[in-house]
Amino acid sequence: MKASPKDIETSHRKITRRGFVFAAAQLALVGVLGWRMRQLQLEQADEFRLLAEENRINMRLLPPARGMVFDRNGIILAENEQNYRVVMIREDAGDVDASLAALAQVIPLSAQDIAQARADVMKRSSFVPVTIADRLSWEDIARVSANAPALPGISADFGLSRHYPRGADFAHVLGYVGPVSDYDLSRIDDQDPLLQIPKFQIGKTGVENKLERGLRGRAGLRKIEVNALGRVMRELEREEGQPGDDVQLTINARLQNYVQARLGDESASAVVIDCESGDLVAIGSAPAFDPNLFVRGISVSDYRALTDNKYRPLANKAVQGTYPPGSTFKMVTALAAMEAGEIGHSDTVFCGGYTEVADNRFHCWKRGGHGNVNLRRALKESCDVYFYDIAQRVGIDKMAEMARLLGLGIHHNLPMSAVASGLAPDKAWKRRVRDADWRIGDTVNASIGQGYVLASPLQLAVMTARLATGRSITPRLVASRGGVAEPSGAGEPLGLNENNLRQIRRAMYDVSNDRRGTAYGSRVIAEDFRLAGKTGTTQVRRITPEERAAGITRNEDRKWEFRDHALFVAFAPFENPKYAIAVIVEHGGSGSRAAAPLARDIMLQALYDGTPPLDAYPSKDRNRISNQHDDLDLWDGVEARRPTRDQA
Amino acid sequence: MSYLEYRLQTVPTGLGKLLALNWAVILLVCAVSAVGFMMLYSVAGGDLSRWAQPQMQRFAMGLTAMFIIAMVPIWFWRNMSAMAYLLALALLVLVEFVGVTGMGAQRWIDLGFMRLQPSELMKITVVMLLAAYYDWLPIEKTSHPLWVLVPVFLILLPVMLVLRQPDLGTSILLLAGGGTIMFIAGVHWAYFATVIGSGVGLIVAVFQSRGTAWQLLEDYQYRRIDTFLDPSQDPLGAGYHITQAKIALGSGGWTGRGFMEGTQSRLNFLPEKHTDFIFTTLAEEFGFIGAFSLLILYALIIGFCVTSALSNKDRFASLLTFGIAATFFFFFAVNMAMVMGLAPVVGVPLPLVSYGGSAMLVLLCAFGLMQSAHVHRPRQG
Repeated sequence: MKASPKDIETSHRKITRRGFVFAAAQLALVGVLGWRMRQLQLEQADEFRLLAEENRINMRLLPPARGMVFDRNGIILAENEQNYRVVMIREDAGDVDASLAALAQVIPLSAQDIAQARADVMKRSSFVPVTIADRLSWEDIARVSANAPALPGISADFGLSRHYPRGADFAHVLGYVGPVSDYDLSRIDDQDPLLQIPKFQIGKTGVENKLERGLRGRAGLRKIEVNALGRVMRELEREEGQPGDDVQLTINARLQNYVQARLGDESASAVVIDCESGDLVAIGSAPAFDPNLFVRGISVSDYRALTDNKYRPLANKAVQGTYPPGSTFKMVTALAAMEAGEIGHSDTVFCGGYTEVADNRFHCWKRGGHGNVNLRRALKESCDVYFYDIAQRVGIDKMAEMARLLGLGIHHNLPMSAVASGLAPDKAWKRRVRDADWRIGDTVNASIGQGYVLASPLQLAVMTARLATGRSITPRLVASRGGVAEPSGAGEPLGLNENNLRQIRRAMYDVSNDRRGTAYGSRVIAEDFRLAGKTGTTQVRRITPEERAAGITRNEDRKWEFRDHALFVAFAPFENPKYAIAVIVEHGGSGSRAAAPLARDIMLQALYDGTPPLDAYPSKDRNRISNQHDDLDLWDGVEARRPTRDQA
Repeated sequence: MSYLEYRLQTVPTGLGKLLALNWAVILLVCAVSAVGFMMLYSVAGGDLSRWAQPQMQRFAMGLTAMFIIAMVPIWFWRNMSAMAYLLALALLVLVEFVGVTGMGAQRWIDLGFMRLQPSELMKITVVMLLAAYYDWLPIEKTSHPLWVLVPVFLILLPVMLVLRQPDLGTSILLLAGGGTIMFIAGVHWAYFATVIGSGVGLIVAVFQSRGTAWQLLEDYQYRRIDTFLDPSQDPLGAGYHITQAKIALGSGGWTGRGFMEGTQSRLNFLPEKHTDFIFTTLAEEFGFIGAFSLLILYALIIGFCVTSALSNKDRFASLLTFGIAATFFFFFAVNMAMVMGLAPVVGVPLPLVSYGGSAMLVLLCAFGLMQSAHVHRPRQG
C-alpha cells in the first residue's frame, strides 16, 4: 500500500521509544520475581524447610509389650495375647462386597457384621486397613490365611491384648487393664505419648495399676514418610522401644487357686503370709470376677451384676475391707498387759458371765461365766471378762501401741488398690476425730476387738506372723521387678519379751489343740504341722436387750447382713512357724465353725504345698476332704510357665 | 522502489534463511524446554512415559512447525492474520458447544492426536491481528478514539469467550498481550491511564458485587482472591495450594534438595505439580540457583526478542515480535508470581515447561512467527 520511508522512520522511532519503556517494565518485573525468589528461598529457607519436613514425616509409636506377671514359681498370671483380627484394604479388594461375601464363607459373620464392616471400609481412605473382625480364634485366622487368594484385600493381622490365664483367681491382686479414658488422662500427670494412642491399655486397679510405669515399658518410635494423603511411603528411621518389666509376685498360684475355690461363694477373705520372709503366698477375696471381662470392655449388664451383688465381688476384702477383729485382738490386749507388767501369765481373773463398768454391764459370750481364768484358759476358751479386766489395768494407749507394733492400724505399703490402714484407736485419736473423751467402756469394748478397733485380714495375718516370730514381719507382694529382687520382709525383732510371746503362742496352740479350745474341731492331726490359732466372732450389731430377752442371740435366726463376722487367725507349724493365716467370713456366724475349718484347710495346703494326706485331718473331716477336689472348683488347666533362659 | 521490492531484494532466500534465523532464541527455547522435560520426568517419580515423553513429542512437532513457519515470509503471515483470528474465534465459539472441560477450567477439542485448546491459539492470533491492524492503520490515526475502539473490541471479544469457560489466566494473558501491542504501536498514554483507572474501579466493583445478584466473578474466583490475600486463613482448604507451593519453594534453599529429591512434589503435597505448579518442584529440587537460572533463561529469550523487534524496521514484524515477547513474558511472569504468592492463583502454566500440548505447540508456532519476522526483516542495501 503506502509506507513511505518517512512513515517507516516515524513508526520505528515510536516503536523504539515505547519498546524501551516496555523492556524496562519487564526488567523491573523480572527483578521483582528474582527478589521474591531470594526472599522465599534464601531468607526464609530454614522455616520452610522445617515446614516441609513436618509435612513429610509422621511419627508412629510402636507400643511396647506390657510386662508379664508370674507367680513365685514362674506360672504366668498376666500375659499378652495375640489378638487375631481380619483387616481389609479397600484398594486391594476391588469389589468390597464380593470380598466380604467370600469372607463370610470362611469365618462366621452375621449380616449385621458385614453391613458394619462395609460402612467402615467405605468411610476410610482406600489404603487404610480397616478391622473387619476382631478376637478371632486361631482356627478362623488359619482359614482366612489358607483362603487368602480367594479373599482379595483381606488379610490376617494381630495386635497384643492383656490376658489373665488364671481368670478370677487373681482378679483382686492383679486388678486389670482397660483402655485409657479421658478420666484417666485428667487424673494422672503422665506425658507418655503412649497414652495418646486410642484404646491403649493401662492398669486400672491392683498390681496392674500400681506398677503401671514399670509394666508399660517405653514406646518405640517409627519415623515414616507419608504423602499428602497420609499414605505411608517408606520408613525413615526406627527406634525400638523397651518392653515393660516383668513382675514376679510372691503369690503361689496353686495355693491362691485353692484359697479362692475354698472360699467359694461366701463373702470371705483369706490371707496367707510366709513367716520367714513376709511373702504373701495367697490373698483371697471372694466372690471374685473375671478380669478378662474388663480387658475386653465389660457389658453394662455384667457390670451391673457385679455392682448390685450384696457380696461385693469387686471389693478386695483382703486389704480394703476392715472389720472389728473381735477375739483375734485378745492377743494384743494380753501382750500389752503382760509387757506393761500388769498381769502375769498365771494370774487369774474371775468371770461371772459379765462385768459392770461405769454402770454398764458387759457380757461374756458364755452366760454362766468361766469362773477363775488365767491367760491360757482365757484365750483358749475366749473368755471376754478376763480381757475386760486386764484392759482396764493396762489402758487403751498401751493397747493401741501394741496393736501398731503388731501391724494393726498402720498402712502396709503393697501395690494393691485402696490398701486400708484399719484403726488402732487411742485417746488422742478419739479426741482428734470424734472430738470426745475416751471412756472406760471404749477400752472394755476394744479389749475384745470390738468398738472402734478395725483391721483388715492382711493386718491380722501380719499380726499373727509377728506373734509367731517376734519379728517385725513386713508383707511383701512383689518378689522381683524387671529381674531385680525386692527386699525381703523378714524384719527386725520386735523387742518383746520372748517369755510373754511364748505364753501367748502356747495359749493359741491350746485354742486349736486342746479339747476345750474354740477351734479344736479344726485341728491338725499331723504332728509336724500343728496349728496355733485364735477364733473371733464379731458382732455387726449390738444384741438388743429385747433380743437377748427373746432369746434371739443365735446367728441362724438373724438376717444374713445382721449375722456375726467369723474370723480365725493361725500360724503353723507351732514349733517352727512357716505360715500365718487370717480368714474372715463376712456374716459367717461363729469363728470356730465358719472360719477355722477354712483356715485349717488352706494352711495344710500351704504347708504340704499340695494336697495333704488324709491322716493330717481329724477323722470326721476326712470324707469331705477326700471329695474336695470334686466339690471345689479347682484349676485343672495347663500351667503356663515363664520360659527359662537355660531352655532357650 | 516500492517497500515490497525493498524487502524482497534484501531478504535471504533458500538455505540462507537458516543462517539468518535467530539461533540464540532457538537454543534458549530448547534449553527451557529441556528443563521442562527434566522436571516432568522428576514429578512423575522417574517415569518418562507419563508426562515427559508426550511433552517431547509435542516439542518435536512444535519445533518442526516453528522451522516451517520461520521459512515462510512474514508478509504471508501478515496477510493470514485476519483469517487466523477468525479461525481461532470460530473454534472458541465451537468449544462452547462441543468442547470438553478438563481440569476444571480450560476447554478443548479432541483432534485425535492431541487436544487443542482454542484459547491457547487465541493468544497468538490476537497478537497477529493487532500487529497487522496497526501495520495497516495510518500512524496518525493510531490514537483516534474510533481506531482505538476497534482493537479494544478485537481483544475483548475473545476475552469474553474465554472468561465464560471460565479461564481467568488466559483472559489476562490476552488482555496483556493485546494491550502491549496497542501500547507499543503508540496509542496515547491517556487511554492506558483511563483503562488502568477504570481497572482499579472494576476491582473495587468486583469486591463490592460479591454476594449480590450482579456478582461479577464465580465464587471459586473470589475464594482464590481471598486465599491470595491471606493464604494462612485456610491452610488445608483453599489456601492449601499456595501454602504448599511456598513451602516447596522455600525448602529448596540455595542449592535445593537435588534432582528427584523434592519431597513436596514427590509426596503429592503440591497441587497441579506437572502443570501450573511445576516451578515449585524446580525450585525445591534445584534451589535458588536453579529457579533463578530459569528466570534468567526466560529473561534472555525476552531480551533477544526485544532486540530483534527493535532492530526490525517492518512495523508488522516489529509489533508482532513485541507482542509475542509480551505474551511469553506475561506467561511466565504471572505463573511465577502466582506460585510465589505475589499474584492470585489464576491458572497460567509455565511456558515451555508445564505439561500441556496446546500451549507448547502455540508457543513454538509463535516463536516460528518471531523467527519469520527476524529472517524477513528489511535490510539496508
